[in-house]
Amino acid sequence: MKIANSKVTAERLVRDALDKAKHFSDYNIFTFLDEEGAIKKAREIDEKIKRGEKVGRLAGVPYALKDNFLSPRGETTASAHILEGFTSPVTATAVEKLEAEGAIMIGRTNLDAFAHGSSTENSYFGPTLNSHDKKRVAGGSSGGSAVAVALDIVEFATGTDTGGSIRQPASFNGIYGLKPTYGCVSRYGVVAMASSTDCIGFFTKSPDDMDLLMSIASGQDPKDLTTLPDYYNDSKVKKAKKIGVVKDFDNESVDKEIREALKKKCELLKSKGYEIVELEMPALKYALAAYYIIVPAEVASNLSRYDGVRYGFRSEKSEDLENLYANTRDEGFMSENKRRIMIGNFVLSSGFYDAYFLKAAKARTLIVKEYEKAFSKVDYILTPVSPNPAFLLGEKVNDPIAMYLEDMMSVSLNLAGVPGLAIPAGENKNGLPLGLQLVGPRRSDKSLIEFSKELI
Amino acid sequence: MEIKREDILHLANLSNFSLSETEAESLEKDLDGIIKYISQLDELDTENVEPTYQVFEMENVWREDEIIKQDASREDLLGLSKEVIDHQIKVPKVL
Repeated sequence: MKIANSKVTAERLVRDALDKAKHFSDYNIFTFLDEEGAIKKAREIDEKIKRGEKVGRLAGVPYALKDNFLSPRGETTASAHILEGFTSPVTATAVEKLEAEGAIMIGRTNLDAFAHGSSTENSYFGPTLNSHDKKRVAGGSSGGSAVAVALDIVEFATGTDTGGSIRQPASFNGIYGLKPTYGCVSRYGVVAMASSTDCIGFFTKSPDDMDLLMSIASGQDPKDLTTLPDYYNDSKVKKAKKIGVVKDFDNESVDKEIREALKKKCELLKSKGYEIVELEMPALKYALAAYYIIVPAEVASNLSRYDGVRYGFRSEKSEDLENLYANTRDEGFMSENKRRIMIGNFVLSSGFYDAYFLKAAKARTLIVKEYEKAFSKVDYILTPVSPNPAFLLGEKVNDPIAMYLEDMMSVSLNLAGVPGLAIPAGENKNGLPLGLQLVGPRRSDKSLIEFSKELI
Repeated sequence: MEIKREDILHLANLSNFSLSETEAESLEKDLDGIIKYISQLDELDTENVEPTYQVFEMENVWREDEIIKQDASREDLLGLSKEVIDHQIKVPKVL
């Protein structure tokens, strides 16, 4: 990525990014652009460079922040009405780390409200358009971030991935998107969706950029007790020999051109001397159903905090406190938020807990074991990210099951806590990007990124 | 199981939503479909399988028992609310 130096100023880099952001405003990428703040920060870095002072590894690099990361610059909305007017007094650890290295946030990006969705159509601010075809969805939930990078507005963007929200939009827009190992990057200051699967990651245009960002953002954080002790920078890059492909995904439910793209990459690997191993992973078939029990349960719990009392939107028409809660939540949440909260409360309610939540938690054990078994046979697994390339706007938004099926090959990684890197894999006959994901065992993030270069 | 209107009203109550009639109707249809879909777990044999609730590899995380300075002050946090009187958040009547 382009970093500011004595020849190229940070102000130039930031102004170029802002100009492009404005040029592409019809894509509805940003919920907030901070021209003044970004230029001020760029000038500070340019002053340092002029004085010959040391600057960070991301000096003057413009980036876009998914709008569910807290920072006092602009309102944090999570693209949800219920957070209207909320400006955070605190800053997310990931943001602090990136900015300590000189990265400059130019704006916040659109998402499905509270990251509930696979198309960015569930945003209170309307959908973001696909970078390759404006009639199609950006993917989601981190659609704005993916399109900001794909259209070359910024060098990188942040994302969150609870079930595919980084990998799927990355693949819909032809760029790299990483969901790291669970616990690798601090989640302090990020709007919680499902605490047992939420991960923070990035969108980039190259594996090297991804490695640089991970070396900066990863590590233990006293403010997030679910962060693992630092391992990323100490990881030795492992030499891979065997790459697995999942037999269960090679059928009609996956788009033909995506399956062909996978085969092509396998041929490429074979020509480089890697062995391709076919895996049977029958438990993965149940990952989506388990996911849409466990995640809504955690969503119902995490989103119970939005009550209109302490911050954000408050319904005007309430006569008593109980009404205030119910009206605020009714007016403030999108339909998909409501569906997930109600499903969550259903699977947790007495009489249904054993049949749904407990059953899903047991299915999760089988999925974890399925991955352990697979990684005893192969180094990495290569699979499609989603069953199809970017679909048309409006095509699935009123059919929740069709939208959930988008996540069928991405959610199992979150349930198992393993890392996945979405990589570009060419285009289909209509010019839409195709994506694949590389999956590795826990803590293999660095090797996974390095290995992805073999697939270019 | 089949989701009926009374189930939707019960879940809306548990979730603290004052749903309109039209929204209750569409949620009834959506939730019925979603619950049918997730019920496919019934066919999975989970006999003698222990549940997994989290995939974090560590157990207790210890730190010194000392007060850590918070990132936001009391004033910052109260300032986020719609109406504050004497350091208290004002809400409509409770009873």
